[in-house]
Amino acid sequence: MSGLLRRIAEDQRQTLRITVDGTEVAVLENDTLLTAILTVGTRLRQGEFGDGDRAGFCLMGACQDCWVWTEAGDRLRACSTTVMPEMRIVTGAVPWP
Amino acid sequence: MAVIVIGAGPAGTRAAERLVKDGIRPVVIDESERQGGQIYRRQPDNFRRPPSALYGSEAGKAVALHRDFEALRPQIDYRPNTLAWGVRPGTLLTVSGDSVEEVAYDQMIIASGATDRIMPFPGWTVPGVFSLGAAQIALKAQACAIGSAPVFLGTGPLLYLVAWQYLKAGVAVQGILDTSSFRQRVFALKQLAARPRTLIQGMRYLADLKRARVRVETGIVPLRVDAKDGRVAGIAWRDRSGREQLTHADALGMGYGLRSETQLADLLKCDFSFDARARQWLPTVDMDGRSSVRGVYLAGDGALVRGADAAELAGVLAACAALADAGRAVPGHEMQALRDKLVPMSRFRNGLEAGFPWPSALAATIPDETMVCRCEGVTAGDIRHAAKGLDAPELNRAKSLMRPGMGRCQGRMCGLAAAEILAAARGVSVEAVGRLRGAAPVKPLPITARLPDSVA
Repeated sequence: MSGLLRRIAEDQRQTLRITVDGTEVAVLENDTLLTAILTVGTRLRQGEFGDGDRAGFCLMGACQDCWVWTEAGDRLRACSTTVMPEMRIVTGAVPWP
Repeated sequence: MAVIVIGAGPAGTRAAERLVKDGIRPVVIDESERQGGQIYRRQPDNFRRPPSALYGSEAGKAVALHRDFEALRPQIDYRPNTLAWGVRPGTLLTVSGDSVEEVAYDQMIIASGATDRIMPFPGWTVPGVFSLGAAQIALKAQACAIGSAPVFLGTGPLLYLVAWQYLKAGVAVQGILDTSSFRQRVFALKQLAARPRTLIQGMRYLADLKRARVRVETGIVPLRVDAKDGRVAGIAWRDRSGREQLTHADALGMGYGLRSETQLADLLKCDFSFDARARQWLPTVDMDGRSSVRGVYLAGDGALVRGADAAELAGVLAACAALADAGRAVPGHEMQALRDKLVPMSRFRNGLEAGFPWPSALAATIPDETMVCRCEGVTAGDIRHAAKGLDAPELNRAKSLMRPGMGRCQGRMCGLAAAEILAAARGVSVEAVGRLRGAAPVKPLPITARLPDSVA
């Protein structure tokens, strides 16, 4: 299944590798985490009240609905975080290190 | 004289520039990594599209704003990636990464911008639904479309601008669904004519969309987002004549104009007044941007949504007011010229509010089970229960009882709709239910943030 977002330009950038939910994915340098994850997937997090997956909403740091976690337990706001090589991201249950 | 400028969009940039011209070295706090604000947001360094592709007819203004800011850099204390999260008289609290700082000020110019104004409807939390601002940011800053076949829904100039930008980017726009009517636009024409060039530009966008056979429907009622496999599959809506329609789509961009970011003015106990046109509470400012609190000024969309051109002027004007109040000589004709230029911009803004009104009446029709507060999972029914069963007369009481606006976005997404739902349920005006009170931190801090002793 394809991701939510579709790249329409600027695809000649250098490729980086990150891990999302245990699977290695190829992303582009200077992608935000939100772009990196949603060009291949359809969720960033799960609603806390059992209301399903969430995939961000405002992209400008206001709604706080794009939080993802690193495997080490750090919280990142995906829309305003630039991808770094080797990041290990979790989009499902919050990890408790 | 210590002056802080909050925000490095059009208003903040021009305010800082005017202060520098008078020999002041302002601290410029900006939450973004790169200057420009949302409308003139910059793409990352390794992106190659020219400004004309990013900003269209506004490319010249965007380039000038970026260039002028770069020239200011040696003369300002620029702090990007920094959130102004709290304030008390004379001291601003910021966080950058894990590091919290206190910044003393004599005067503060708040140019904090705006976010999309949102009216929830069934399915608006499904992955693939984004705000109109988000749809534009994805395109501008990340060269991504929110989907291959998006629908855009809501009202306001951004609805048409974003659809046009997607069309130009080669995306198959499935439709523009506008809750306001053509009639409302005609009535607003006289005010919109205050800025003829902007009005004509808007008409050109519409003509391009129609030429490309994009479906444009006005006077619609949004019904629901249909989801399949956990993502958007279509948008159900009712047309002008009352027929239900379904438009297949893999993404939705939604928004109903903009709302000002006013939390810092609120924490400083600035007076607010009710703006009947926008049905929002806004900080009370005089014509130069002075708030009711001495030394605190507001400019740009964070004070009143009048767009980027007005924001640049209002930024300079607020800086002039701050300088004049500090006893510096500011030419009277300079300030008067700025005030004069803002007059048609205010008139145009009034025209936009009349021509593309916030569809407040929809609030009463949101089904009980529909989620309104996406942070706390509070439904329209929960808010109605607070209104009637628990007899909450105003919004903060409803919030403490049922939690709308209690979550991490602090009501930025749901607050205006929650007020309308509460007011409709109680049969009172939206003015009577008040506004959500701001609280520090205005956005969540990292758990690892190290507070200085004076704060902790």
